[in-house]
Amino acid sequence: MAQGFGRLRGVSAGLALSILAATAQAADIEIELSGRFGIEGRWYPDSALHPGQRTHASGFTAEPEFYAEDGEGRSVTISPFLRYDAADPRRTHADLREAFLLLYGETGNGEWELRLGIDHVSWGVTELRSLVEIVNQTDLVEHPDEKAKLGQPMAHGTWSGDWGAAELFLMPWHRQRTYPGRAGRLRSGLVVDRDKTTYDSAAGERHLDWALRYSGSFGAVDLGLSYFDGQSREPLLRPVPGDAEAFVLQPHYEKIRQFGLDAQLTTGPWLLKLEVIRRLGASNRPAPENGLRGEEDDYGAWILGGEHTLYSVFDTEAEITLLAEWHWDGRGAERATNAFENDLFLAARLALNDVEGTEFTLSVAEDLDHVGRVFGIEVKTRLNDNWSFELEGAAFHGVDWPDDALYGVRRDTYIGLNFVYNL
Amino acid sequence: MSSSGRDGKDPKRRSTLFRRLVATLSLCLCLSPAIPAATPEEAGLQIAREARDRDKGFGNFTASQAMVLRNRQGKESRRQLRVKVLEVADDGNRTLFVFDQPRDVKGTAFLIHAHREEADDQWLYLPALKRVKRISSSNRSGSFMGSEFSYEDLGAQEVEKYSYRYLRDEPCGALSCSVTEQAPADKKSGYSRQVVWRDRDELRTWKVEYYDRKDAHLKTLTLDKYELYLDRFWRAGEMVMVNHLSGKSTVMQWSDYRFGADLNERDFTKTGLKRVR
Repeated sequence: MAQGFGRLRGVSAGLALSILAATAQAADIEIELSGRFGIEGRWYPDSALHPGQRTHASGFTAEPEFYAEDGEGRSVTISPFLRYDAADPRRTHADLREAFLLLYGETGNGEWELRLGIDHVSWGVTELRSLVEIVNQTDLVEHPDEKAKLGQPMAHGTWSGDWGAAELFLMPWHRQRTYPGRAGRLRSGLVVDRDKTTYDSAAGERHLDWALRYSGSFGAVDLGLSYFDGQSREPLLRPVPGDAEAFVLQPHYEKIRQFGLDAQLTTGPWLLKLEVIRRLGASNRPAPENGLRGEEDDYGAWILGGEHTLYSVFDTEAEITLLAEWHWDGRGAERATNAFENDLFLAARLALNDVEGTEFTLSVAEDLDHVGRVFGIEVKTRLNDNWSFELEGAAFHGVDWPDDALYGVRRDTYIGLNFVYNL
Repeated sequence: MSSSGRDGKDPKRRSTLFRRLVATLSLCLCLSPAIPAATPEEAGLQIAREARDRDKGFGNFTASQAMVLRNRQGKESRRQLRVKVLEVADDGNRTLFVFDQPRDVKGTAFLIHAHREEADDQWLYLPALKRVKRISSSNRSGSFMGSEFSYEDLGAQEVEKYSYRYLRDEPCGALSCSVTEQAPADKKSGYSRQVVWRDRDELRTWKVEYYDRKDAHLKTLTLDKYELYLDRFWRAGEMVMVNHLSGKSTVMQWSDYRFGADLNERDFTKTGLKRVR
């Protein structure tokens, strides 16, 4: 009986879908469903440093994407994201990565574009991390490389022409950074308690942030200039008494302004990259000398990088890309709020250019001020038209300076396997 | 898109038609019946120019491309992509490839601004990162998506980037073909020379032999299933590239050709690239 009802429901759902499809066809609406679904396991061979931490992280991700476009080029994109993690309940989380309406048209010799809703924008040119990207909040619990981003609600207008593109971003809602919970690895000794979050602004997360950007291509140079005025995406983490634990870290989001420049010179097999920021109004790292509060410290930071590709190596289809980047933060090792105050990043990527699109990447990020380095490995290949496989790992080596931003994760060397179904 | 764009097309077409007429006349004068006046170099260049001129004025088109990659053991793998091309006056074409299959690279877009003499500009849009990356165009001989087509086989071949030599006329199937040899000027090209068979009536390419830097016969491309669009432009429906050294082959099938689509320069910019589906 229940089965019959289920079948009936299935039939009616099918009917509804076909009616929808028919309506779509009649109105010349194109609908597309795609997405990524992953099964992931991550292992930490070293025993945990902090109490409560597990030796693995495993689970799945789902990121379907729904897209609809009418005959006039207007479109809607909706892309929810879900992560389930069996080890750390805090890593189990959902987000709306994208949900926006896209409109565009011509104006004079140029073009306008408007994106309304939740979206993700990317400005950076460098490999290890980006300084200039400030629109989207980092989904840190998703991956420690800070490249996973949360969807940002915004109105995003672009005006472009032969002279380049000018963009305006109005962001009416601030997103909080995600952090691992007590059971999770790759965290500091104290757990970040997001329930204690505070803001500089009385409006809290409803503060209107805004940003401007200009980008253009000048021959071999691609250049971007940006300005951001609003609540920082990077919180100040201050130790405060906790509810369940003696101490927790309280995230505090300050009002900042940031000027950014990103540039890339593409010449022959060489790419030269630069990212520079100047951030005003942010505090430096909380330390005993500043009463664990941090001190306002305007600073500059930059990344200077190069990329060189060797084609058809060993007389095969394979190519090798060599990357080098120098990361610098003017606040220095004691005051910088990240681990890359004076670091050299080197990487080599072997792309076989085979049918499976196989790639191997080895990298090292070396701290030039203190001993300590992070080794990285990445292998990607396709299993068939829909399934792909990724292996990824990071190893922390020689991180034994207690003030190092990586000191709390020094035993969190890991290796991860990820099977992905691409719909 | 705008009416001004459409108005602008007609005079251009007319002048192209005129140029074509002149080119055809001059070619007829010196080529037929058996190319007595010109040197082999001049004759080869003339054929290449004429072939290019006959394709001038197409404006733009969109098409679907399906590839079947076959290795020596016969194992197959599929690729599915969409192509948009915009003709640019006095410069190389703008070309946009959008990948649909394999699914892990779905939505990845590859934009080429080809240039007549200097190096092309290329950008890649990576949908997972939402990042537009300017990439080097030095990789001329690398494989396109693991296929037997290299990047330099894909792009429109600018006449100025080769030197030519007319070899002979010979029958090719039911048609009569002119056989010319062309050597790329680009040192980064994977080839020392290519031998091209074009039929004498319509100057459609039917076969290309590729010789590598050691002058070994590396690959052969055969083209087939030609169809005429807008009464003027011939396009092959099938291209088969066989690699004689590796034993691998790629069948590239073209479909859904649409000329005069609603495309303009704005669809081939970095901003447009982020909108690509």
